[in-house]
Formats: sequence, C-alpha cells, structure tokens
Amino acid sequence: MTNDPMTTRQIEPVIPPRPPGLLRQALDSDMFYSWRNSPVTIVATFTAAALILVALLAPWIAPYNPFNPATLNLMDGFTPPMSEGAFSDNWFLMGADHQGRDVFSTIMYGSRVSLFVGAMATLFAMTLGVGLGLASGYNGGTIDAVIMRIADIQLSFPAILIALLIFGVARGLIPPSQQESMAIWVLIFAIGLSNWAQFARTVRGATMVERQKDYVAAARIMGVHPALILLRHILPNVLGPVLVIGTIGLALAIIEEATLSFLGVGVPPTQPSLGTLIRIGQQYLFSGEWWILFFPAVTLVLLALSVNLLGDWLRDALNPKLR
Amino acid sequence: MTDAETERSPLLDVRGLSRRFDVSQPWLNRKLSGAGKLYVNAVDDVSFTVARGKTFALVGESGSGKSTIARLIVGLLEPTRGDIVFDGIWLGQGLKGAEARKLRRRFQMIFQDPLASLNPRWRVSDIIAEPLRVFARDMPARDPLLRVGELLALVGLSAEDGVKFPHQFSGGQRQRVAIARALAARPDFIVCDEPTSALDVSVQAQILNLMKDLQREFGLTYVFISHNLQVVRHMADEIGVLYLGRLAEVNKAKALFETPRHPYTRMLLDAVPDIEMTGRPRKRVEGEIPSPIDPPPGCAFHPRCPFMNERCRREIPRLVEGVACHAVEEGRI
Repeated sequence: MTNDPMTTRQIEPVIPPRPPGLLRQALDSDMFYSWRNSPVTIVATFTAAALILVALLAPWIAPYNPFNPATLNLMDGFTPPMSEGAFSDNWFLMGADHQGRDVFSTIMYGSRVSLFVGAMATLFAMTLGVGLGLASGYNGGTIDAVIMRIADIQLSFPAILIALLIFGVARGLIPPSQQESMAIWVLIFAIGLSNWAQFARTVRGATMVERQKDYVAAARIMGVHPALILLRHILPNVLGPVLVIGTIGLALAIIEEATLSFLGVGVPPTQPSLGTLIRIGQQYLFSGEWWILFFPAVTLVLLALSVNLLGDWLRDALNPKLR
Repeated sequence: MTDAETERSPLLDVRGLSRRFDVSQPWLNRKLSGAGKLYVNAVDDVSFTVARGKTFALVGESGSGKSTIARLIVGLLEPTRGDIVFDGIWLGQGLKGAEARKLRRRFQMIFQDPLASLNPRWRVSDIIAEPLRVFARDMPARDPLLRVGELLALVGLSAEDGVKFPHQFSGGQRQRVAIARALAARPDFIVCDEPTSALDVSVQAQILNLMKDLQREFGLTYVFISHNLQVVRHMADEIGVLYLGRLAEVNKAKALFETPRHPYTRMLLDAVPDIEMTGRPRKRVEGEIPSPIDPPPGCAFHPRCPFMNERCRREIPRLVEGVACHAVEEGRI
C-alpha cells in the first residue's frame, strides 16, 4: 500500500486479549448453570457416565472373561445371584447363565457392544443427515426436493423395518466367510441409515432460516466459498437442535440395536450385546431363572433412560424460550 | 488513462440496471388455479454514477427497490438487465478467481440490522478478522490480531471487546463492529443499506458521524440507502429518489432539498417535520405506493400526482436532466 490511511490518525494498536480457556467458558456458561440446577439431570449424567465407563473398562474390571472358555464351567450354569457356583469357586453377583457365564461380566461386555453400535450408528446418521440437510437447505431447488422426498418416503416406514431391510440386503451382498466379522458394521450401517432423515429435516429447516441472514450475505460479498460458509457460519448456528436429536437418537439407536439383536438379526452370538443377552434370558424366564433376563434388561433401561433424560435437558437448556 | 482522468471518472457507474423477480405460485398451484406467471420489476432501468470519495444516497419508500439495488451492486443478486461498472471494470458473470477476489476486497456492505449481520456464534475478533483472512493474499502481511485491535479502536471500541460475542453489545456498538469488519480489508467503496434505521435515535447521529469521519480519513465512497430524509441530508453529496423501482429524480443534495423538481420529491420534502414549522399544519404524503406486481401504466406516480395529465397515464417518463417527469419536461411546473 502506497498511502497507508492508518498513518493519518495515530492509534496505539492493542492486541485484543485471547478468549478464556475452554474449561472456564464451560463452567461460566448458562448450560452449566442449568445443569447444576437440575437434580434429575445430574443423576442421569452420573448414571450414564458410570455405565459408559464400566463398558469402556470392561476387559480390565470385569470379574470374569465370559468369552474365555477356559474359565467357564458349564456345570455352574443357572447359579442364582449372590452365590457360589456348585462345582467351582466362582462367585456370581448376578448369577450365571445357561453356559455358566457370569451375568455381571456379560453385561459389562454387552453394554460395550451396545454402546459402540449405538454411538457409531448415531454418528453415521448425524454426519449423513447434517451434510444432506445443509446441502438441501442452502441450495434449495431440485437438490432440496430430491433429498427431502427421499427423507419423506423413509420417514413413512418404521425405522426398525428399514433397518431390517438394509440389514438383510447388506447381508446378502457380503460373502458368508466375512459375515461374522462384518456383522457389527452392517448393523451400524443399517441403524444409521434408518435414522438420518430426522437430522436432515431439522438441519434443512434451520439452514433455510440462517442462510437468509445478513451475516451469510456479508460472507458472500467477500467471496467466501459456499462450502466454507456452510461449515464456518451456518453449521455452528444449526448445531443446537442437532445435539438434542443426537442425544435422544443415541438412546433410540441403542434400543434399536437391542431390538434387532433380540430378533436374532443383530450382532453375532460370539459378541453378545444387551439385546442378545435379553433374548437368551427370555428363554429361561418361565423356568424360574429370572436373573438371566432381569439384569441385562435393567441395564438397558438405565442406559436408555439416562441418555434420554440428558437429551431432554439439553433440549430445554438450548431453548431460550423455556428459560 | 492519466491519473487526472482516473480521478475524474466515477468509481461506480450503474447503467440501465433492472431486476425482475419471479413471484409466481408453485407450478402445481398455478396449473390448478389457472393463474399465470407473476413478475415484479423491483428495479427498472436505473442509471447513476458515484464519484470518488463522495456519498450517493438512494431514498424511497419501502418497496421502492432500494435494498435490491444495494444487493445488485455488491453482487448478492444478478441483474436481469443493465451494467454495473466499478472503477472501469465491468462487474458481470465473467469475474473469477484472483481477479474477482482483488475486486471484492475493494467493496463492502454495512447492513441494516447488525444483530443479523454478525454471526452470533463468533467472537468479535473473529468477525472483524474474517476479511483479513479471506483477503490475506492481497493484503500486507501483518499480525491480524494487531489489525483487529486497531480497527476496534478506530470505531471507538476497546481491544478488550474483541473476546465478546455480538449479543453482549448494544445496537450502536454492534453497528460499530459491523463497520470495523467492513473497513478491515481497506475497501474504497461501501454500500450502506439503512445502517442506522435499526438504531435508537440517540445513537444514530454517533454512527453517522463515525461514518463521515471514516469517509474523510480513508477517502471512502459510499452508496447510502435510507428512507430517512434527515439522515440523507446529513450524509449525502448526491441523492437519487426512487419510486417503484425507477429513479424519479437525481440531483446534488443541496439543490434537491432547496429546489425539488419532481412532484414526488416535493411531496416527500413537504412531509418532513421541521422545527421552524412547529405549529403549522404539515402536508401529508397522499396515497400509498402502488403494488409493484401490478404497477400503474405510464408514469408510476400518476395516481398520486397533482400535475397528472393524459400523457402521464400512457407514457413512462425518461430521466431527462435528472428528473423523470412529463410535467417538468413540458414546463407545467
């Protein structure tokens, strides 16, 4: 610049301070305040955190490895809770199942599978739905019409039916030798693909509102690439509702996985999830061995309920009209 | 061109600018109800030039096409017809890549509502630094944060305000942030779309004075859009009066206020409250602006015009010597 206009007036340049640290910001936020004042949410947070922690640490903290045949004693089968196996020194907090596996340990390993499938499926649905929703809402026109009609068609079927259909088709396409190892990914794909439409619809609506706003116009005047406008400007402003659906969607995905596994089309028996455990348990319910069903079912309810309550709180906390 | 000629040539030259919007119902509704396509000529054959370092104001009632012209100039909308020439360069479809970026750096826009024009999730530092990042290749390499601090000081805010979010400011302060962002990439041309109409009256003057100071300091050229005649009188060197998408009158600010020629301009000026007129009855603006979907034939102003005759009903007046009016042309007024 030949004639720097800044020289005409003397301004002592001061560098603006850096924003406060992330932890400080989080503790000062309205969200944290609303969390601290909701006892139900605090309980739900700790329940969910405990369940997730236990699931993550299962290989290190579980009393037995239920998938190691060496430690299993078939004769311990159907040991009631809080008692010692009849033919071994193993002590069973929640009893043993028909193969003599410790129910407590299988639940730990089972929630690991349930949570993994649920989280990955939700992440997949979220990425796909948010991406398509942004494209749909920002571009409008034909792209919007095509994406939204597909979403409409899909929403007119129950998610579980879609997942069953996708699961069946995917299974047919995979060679039998790989079916066992691929099963969990096929399941994630099926559940994820059956849930993207909610995300897409919400994000599309919010995007259509945001793209009309002048801050988007200001970025367009500067010639910022549309992809960057979507990513930097619009995405942060539509993320609130996405987080809410994502949290509630996680609970739904866990239940959906349990349903599929209960129906016998989910994860392979070598990697039982909570749903698989419940399916096994219900076979023995009427012969009096209630604990094989009861404890996995309670765990599933606790997990889904606490995550759901978190989602409810998030929805209220992010909605300024309810404050 | 020699330097002297460049100096005299206008920075912005708008020629025959028109923009038509399709406001038809969706296809299926149209077929079912038998309705045809509907268009609105929001801007119709508007031509004006803006001299370097001056302020050109566009005034008009709501629906007169002021904001559409602003959006056409900065490229948010494509004109249906007409040309926009910025510093000798045609702004058309042909601009791509580095050339377009170089040109974009030179013009900016300030919006009506600063709450909407600042991203609510961004800190003020990031908002002001955005143009610096976008145009980093065309700017002298400096610490962007230092420049942000400088800009904040320039618009009368403090560097500490950089960490705040837009909602933590008052309306006037927010507009200052928007001005700082507009200035960040050192533009020489700024389109201001009603920059003060969303603000408290007490703050309006501060913002207007700030804009005038900055204009003097950096030699900025403004296109200033407003419906407020007092604001325009304070700011503008030249004024264009819009009526239903067409220019009714263009003149130097002083001349326009002292000797308005078009009947519409007279009507507007008669309606302005004036402290010296206290107690005397004010003439009201008669009638309302007609629907742009179904504009009256001939001169769009004829249903409200006291000097209307048969010719006004049939023939659209052309802009001759700064006035588009048959009555003035024929010497009837």
